[in-house]
Amino acid sequence: MAAALEVQGIAKSYGGVAAVRGVSFAVQPGEIVALIGPNGAGKSTCFNMIMGQIPVDDGVIRIFGQPTTGLPPRAVWRRGVGRTFQITATFSSMTVAENVQVALLSHRRQLSTCYKFAGAMARDEAERLLDLLGLKAQAGRACGELAYGDLKRLELAVALANDPKLLLLDEPTAGMAPKERVDLMALTTRIARDRTIGVFFTEHDMDVVFEHSDRVMVLDRGALIASGPPQAVRTDPKVRAVYLGEGFDDAGGREGDER
Amino acid sequence: MEFLVVQFLTGLASAASLFLAASGLSIIFGVTRIVNFAHGAFYMLGAYVAVTLTEWWDGPLGFWGGVLVAAIAVAVLGALTEVSLLRRIYRAPELFQLLATFGLTLMMQDIVLLVWGPVDLIGPRAPGFKGAVQILGQQVPSYELFLIVLGPAVLAVLWLLFHRTRWGVLVRAATQDRDMVAALGVNQKWLFTSVFALGIFLAALGGALQLPREAASHNMDLRIIVEVFVVVVIGGLGSVTGAFLAAVIVSELNAFGILILPKISLVLVFIVMAAVLVVRPWGLLGRKEAAPRQVLGATIHPWRPLSQPQRLALAAVLALAACLPFVSGNYLLTVGSEILIFILFAQSLQLLMTVGGLASFGHAAYFGLGSYGAALAAKSLGLPMGIALLAGPVLALAGAFIFGWFSVRLAGVYFAMLTLAFAQIAWSIAFQWVDVTGGDNGILGVWPAALVGTPARFYWFAFVVTVAGVFCLRALTFSPFGYALRAARDSELRAEAIGIDRRRVQLTAFMIAGSFAGIAGALFAYLKGSVFPETLAIPYSVDALVMVLLGGVETVSGAVVGAIVYKALAIWLMSETEMSKLVLGAVIVAIVVLSPKGIVGYLSDIARRTPWLAAWSNKA
Repeated sequence: MAAALEVQGIAKSYGGVAAVRGVSFAVQPGEIVALIGPNGAGKSTCFNMIMGQIPVDDGVIRIFGQPTTGLPPRAVWRRGVGRTFQITATFSSMTVAENVQVALLSHRRQLSTCYKFAGAMARDEAERLLDLLGLKAQAGRACGELAYGDLKRLELAVALANDPKLLLLDEPTAGMAPKERVDLMALTTRIARDRTIGVFFTEHDMDVVFEHSDRVMVLDRGALIASGPPQAVRTDPKVRAVYLGEGFDDAGGREGDER
Repeated sequence: MEFLVVQFLTGLASAASLFLAASGLSIIFGVTRIVNFAHGAFYMLGAYVAVTLTEWWDGPLGFWGGVLVAAIAVAVLGALTEVSLLRRIYRAPELFQLLATFGLTLMMQDIVLLVWGPVDLIGPRAPGFKGAVQILGQQVPSYELFLIVLGPAVLAVLWLLFHRTRWGVLVRAATQDRDMVAALGVNQKWLFTSVFALGIFLAALGGALQLPREAASHNMDLRIIVEVFVVVVIGGLGSVTGAFLAAVIVSELNAFGILILPKISLVLVFIVMAAVLVVRPWGLLGRKEAAPRQVLGATIHPWRPLSQPQRLALAAVLALAACLPFVSGNYLLTVGSEILIFILFAQSLQLLMTVGGLASFGHAAYFGLGSYGAALAAKSLGLPMGIALLAGPVLALAGAFIFGWFSVRLAGVYFAMLTLAFAQIAWSIAFQWVDVTGGDNGILGVWPAALVGTPARFYWFAFVVTVAGVFCLRALTFSPFGYALRAARDSELRAEAIGIDRRRVQLTAFMIAGSFAGIAGALFAYLKGSVFPETLAIPYSVDALVMVLLGGVETVSGAVVGAIVYKALAIWLMSETEMSKLVLGAVIVAIVVLSPKGIVGYLSDIARRTPWLAAWSNKA
C-alpha cells in the first residue's frame, strides 16, 4: 500500500535564504508523526508546501502515491487530506453546525446548488461529527462567540468532513489550556486509529508530542536532523544539543515548550 | 514623427498633475489605510481656490503665490477633515471609509457650486511660461515643459522627505507596521494628520497647477479620481515611485489613444490595466496587502430564513403594495415603479456586498448595460419588449463576466477601485461611441408594450419582476452556493482548504449580481422611455451602495428597506432643495459615523432585545 504522504527532497528559499532544504519523509496510513523544531526551523513552510499553500522550489510530494506538487489547496483536499490551521480559520458568520455542513456539502460537490436551503442539508452527518468532538451542545451557536478551545475542536470537525485518510494539523493545541490539550490530542489519536488516518502534525508542546506520536522528526534550519520513535529522539544527543537545550530532562520537562 | 514627439511631450506634461494627485492618495493610504475618495474633491477645490487667489493677487508672485497658498489652504482644510471625521472611522471596515469620503465628495460638489457658481472658470496663464518653444519645428507651450520638469522634481523632493528626515522615516515605518510605530511611543494622531495634510496638499497643488491648461470645472473631481484609481491600481497602492511610473504610462496612453482609437480612447488604458493586473495583481511596484482587519458583514447573529410569522407579515405588506394602483395617481405609481426597480438593483448589490463581501463601487455598470441592452434591442434591432427585456440582463451578464474576471483577482479597496474604473470605462464607451449609443443624446422612444402600457400596469409588472428577483436573490443567499460565497468571504484560507475555489465562486456571484442589476436596468429603460450614459455613471453606483448601507450591511435584504427610504428621500429632496447632494453627502457621513448597522440592522438589534418580539419572530 502506498504511503499516505510521501515527501521527497522538498526545498524552498526566500530571497536566497533557504527555509527548507531537501526534506524527505513518509507517513504511513494510521501512523501519527510529529514534526518538531525550534522557531524558524521551517516547520510551517514544510506544512504549507504539502498542503499546496506555497509552491515548492524543488522536490516531489505524493499523497497515496499520486503526485500533488503544484496543486492548489482545494485540489489537495479533494485527494482526501484534511487540515487545521495554527491560528483557527473558521467561518465566523455561520453557526458551528453550518461550518461543518459547508465542508460536507463541498465534499459531496453540492456547493453549486442554487435553490435548496443549505441549513437543512447534511444536517445529520454534521451532528454526528460534532457529537464525536463533543460540540453537539454548541451546534446552533454562532461560531464567532465560541471559546478558543472549542474553535480548535470545530476546526478538527471541519477537517474530518471529507472523510480524510491524511490529517495535517498545524499546532493543533496551540493557545489551549493544558488539560484541553491532552484531551484534544487523545481524541485526535483515537479517531485517527479508528479510521486508519495518517496524521502529520507540528507542535511546540513536548508532552503532546512524546505522548501521542508514533514517530518524531526533528527539523533544524531547514533540514531533518533526526527521526524515530519518541524515546529514541528524546535521547538523541544531536537533538538535545540543537533543539531541546540544557533544560530538558527525561521526565518530559516543559523547557522546550515555547508558548 | 515630429507630431508624435509633441504628443509624447503633451502626455508627459499631463502626467504631472496626475502624479501629484495619485502620490497624495498613495501616501495617505500607506499610513492611514484609508483610500481617500474625496481626493478628487480636494484636487478640484485646489483649482477653484487658486482661481480666486490669482484673481485677487497680480503679477508673477500673485500667480505662483496664489497656487501655493491655495494648496496650503486646502491642505489645512484637509487636516481639519481628518481630525473631525476620519479619526472616528480608522477602525471601521474599508467600505465605510470609502463611503464617508465619498459623502465628502458629494458635499464638496454642492459647496463649490454654491461658492463659485455653475460656470467653468478659466484661470490665468503662468507668468514666465506664457510663450512656446520650438521643438523639431513644432510649437510646444513652455508651461508644458515646466510641468514635465516638475513631475520628477516633486518625486525627488518626496524621496528626500521620506529618506532624509525623521518625519519621513516615521511615515515609512508606519507604512510597514503602524502598530509597531505606535508601540515605540510615536504620537500616531499627529503623524496621521500631517500625512493626510501632505497628501491633500499634493492633490490641491495638482489641481491648481492644471489651471493654465484647463478651466476649473465641476466634473474635475470625479474625472481625476477615476484616473487616480487607475494609476494606483497600475502603479501599486502605497508606492510613490509606482504612482509616478503609472501616471506617465496612463497619460501617454491617453495622449496616443486619441490618435489610435479616437472614438474609445479609454479602452487602451483598460487593456494595459488589465494586462498589469494579470501579471502583477498588486500593481507594478505594489506589495500584496494583508487581509483586511475586519470583514464586512461578519455578524455574530447567523442569518436565518424568515420564520412563519415573519412570512405572514411580509405577505401582508406585499398585498398592500400590490394594491397601490387602486388608490394612487399616475405620478405616485411612476415613483413607485422607480422605487421597485431600485429595490431590485440594490438587492443585487447586497448579494455581492454582504454575502460575498465584495463592495463594488461600479455596480451601475451592469444596471446601465441592462438599460442599453434593452434599448438597443428595441430600437436598433426592432425587437418586441419581451425579448428586449431579456437582452438587457444578457448584455449585463457579458459585461459582468469580462469585468468580474479581472476584479475578483483582487479584494478590498483594490476591488472597489477596479470596479469603479470599469464602470467609468463602460460609461465612456456609452458616451463616446455615438454611432451605436447616440452618445450624450441617448436612445429615446423606448416605450413598453401595450400590455404594460399604463402606469398602473407597469407598476404591477415591475412589482412582479422585483418580488420574484428579490425572492431569487434571497433563496440564493440561503442555498449551498450562498454558503460557499460566505465561506469565501469569512475565511479564504479555510474555504480553499475545504475545496472551495474562491475566484470561481466570487466570479459567479459577480455575474449573478450583474444580471439582476441588468434586469433592473432594462425595466428602468422602459419606465423612462429612454437611456442615457448617466445610468452607468458613478452617482448610480453610489446610490446602490448607500441603499445597501442604509438598510444594513449585515442583513440579508436590508437593501429593500434602504432602497425605499433612500429613493423616496432623494426624490423628495430633489423637489425641495437645490442642494440635494450636500444633504445626501451629509446623510452618508452621518450613517457611517453614527449608525453603521443601518436601519434593518438597528431594528433587528431592538427586536432581539425585546423578549416578546424575539419570541414571535423565532416561532417556526
